[in-house]
Amino acid sequence: MSRGRTWFEALAGATFDGEPASVLCADGSVRGERARFLTVVPDPEARFPRARSGELGLEEGWALARRVREVVAADDDRGDRRALIAIVDVPGQPYGCREELLGLHLALAAAVDAYATARLAGHPVVALVVGQAISGAFLAHGMQANRILALDDSGVAVQVMSKRSTARVTRRSVEELDEIAKEVPATAYDVTSFSRLGALHRLIDGVDAAEPDAEDVETVRDALAEAIASARHDGSIDLSGRLASPEARQHRDASLRVRKRLAEEWSR
Amino acid sequence: METLTFDYPASQPVSRRAHVGVVGSGDLEVLLERSLDQQAHITVRTSADGFGEIWEAVLDRFFARNDLAAVVRINDSGATPGTVALRLAQAVEESQL
Amino acid sequence: MTAPALARTRFTELSARERTIALLDPGSFRELIGPFERLESPHLEPQGVVPACDDGVVVARGELDGERAVVLAVEGLFQGGGIGEVSGAKMAGALELALRDAERGHPVYPVLLLETGGIRLQEANLGLLAIAEIHAAIVALRSHVPVVGVVAGMVGCFGGMAIAAGLCSHVIMTREGRLGLNGPQVIEQEAGVAELDSEDRRLVWETIGGEQRVATGMADALVEDEVGAIAGAVRTAFDAGPPVVHRSSQVERYEARLAGMDPLDQLDGPALRALWRDDGGGR
Repeated sequence: MSRGRTWFEALAGATFDGEPASVLCADGSVRGERARFLTVVPDPEARFPRARSGELGLEEGWALARRVREVVAADDDRGDRRALIAIVDVPGQPYGCREELLGLHLALAAAVDAYATARLAGHPVVALVVGQAISGAFLAHGMQANRILALDDSGVAVQVMSKRSTARVTRRSVEELDEIAKEVPATAYDVTSFSRLGALHRLIDGVDAAEPDAEDVETVRDALAEAIASARHDGSIDLSGRLASPEARQHRDASLRVRKRLAEEWSR
Repeated sequence: METLTFDYPASQPVSRRAHVGVVGSGDLEVLLERSLDQQAHITVRTSADGFGEIWEAVLDRFFARNDLAAVVRINDSGATPGTVALRLAQAVEESQL
Repeated sequence: MTAPALARTRFTELSARERTIALLDPGSFRELIGPFERLESPHLEPQGVVPACDDGVVVARGELDGERAVVLAVEGLFQGGGIGEVSGAKMAGALELALRDAERGHPVYPVLLLETGGIRLQEANLGLLAIAEIHAAIVALRSHVPVVGVVAGMVGCFGGMAIAAGLCSHVIMTREGRLGLNGPQVIEQEAGVAELDSEDRRLVWETIGGEQRVATGMADALVEDEVGAIAGAVRTAFDAGPPVVHRSSQVERYEARLAGMDPLDQLDGPALRALWRDDGGGR
């Protein structure tokens, strides 16, 4: 079973029966906080053949957007805005002529739009990376979160392209890429290297990412609750917090220097 | 990638700094600014290794003909000597506008 | 060059900096973090890759018909226009400043010139993080001012930056431009040449080219590859104001479009145009 589904069912305390079957959605709670859980899973019966193994394709992009916007609309005149929990285990996006023709880039933009809109409207958006978080799929489902959490596990990886494909495109060997990854942690795939870039709110260790027991689930539930509370507490609705962490000050210092220089030169 | 440096005696000041070219395949960018001493200082970063002698020949010829007390930075992505000479000439021209 | 001669120049023959200058009102171009500041990527030399002094992105303030504007132009010839830490921060940071100005009641019109393959692989997750910040800034900014994207070619716009184009208020394309998530070579590599022959130019452009995208409502304006035409189209886009509903927010419409077709049917560019023209075509 996909890790996304495992964690979805454990945290939401529910299974999902709707459409499309590849986008699981359930309303539940996290330590008393209302939350909608969302994840993308394999669907061997998916209408688009190239998106049957858990890829974030056309239907998935627009469906995520719909599920997120439902929450924004429903809570629009309420005092409290419920949390959105994006459980992330996506192997990437589908490679297909039909996908491109039908605007795959726009389907992913729809999910980005929805999550960002929810965050701007005051909904705490929390991403929980339990497996793979690849490229466009992660941009669409997870990267617009106020808080990103990840399980510290060898099966958890944040990357932009498979090592094999990267080797081909950059005309280097996989061995050379591994050497480079030691110098440039941004190119490494393991979650510990990703955490060094400062965008992770919490790296949760001691948890079985593939087959969590009840205690593991509670540990993660606690972490989600803390992340939601943290997001609500600082009231920030943008992504600036990612650059404020000590890790970012060290490993994304060029990003900070650029912003500082731009601000200095902006008006004259 | 290789980094090469060259220095030449020079006396003519640079009127204004110049930037030409793009670090694209077969091309290079040249930044040219005034030097604080009576020399031309050139730093080349090139994607093509092993062409030090050719760079030397091209730059020797160029700075023999162009007396310019300049700091020149070149970021090269495999340009031919002809393209290098062209971009250098463009940079000098721009610096004299 | 005289103004009329410049107007007729092919936009695609110009560098990112030249395009930016050509687009803005004459004399109004003012570059931020210009080449002489040499704020380049710290990650390339250690990998033996020659950096560019501006990391392949030009950020410039200026005016469009007298209105305050900022242009963010990706140099497609440098590393395929791939977005790294510095180039991504230039774009995200400028959009964030434009947002700050807009929130204070002093809007700045943003234009994105997109010649980019997406994330720069040599900087991987730094590019990913930067692009997420670009996305966040576009969504926040576009509720204040239209965000205009231009995909002119010849590199086109792919990857995470194609998602950014999808978030824009207006997308202007030329026939030469291409807009898609995965590039043709990547699709051929991953799915095989039977899925897409990346050498088949007619097929590629029929699938993701400017004319196709405009005809199927995924871009707003198809213009000639000419400085004058593109400069005019950008100004027209701002004059038109923001769309009532942004394309990326039109969930019902696109879900209906996808539901109303059989994914196993043979479908090509012309067939899709016919199919989607019936439901209102463009916007």
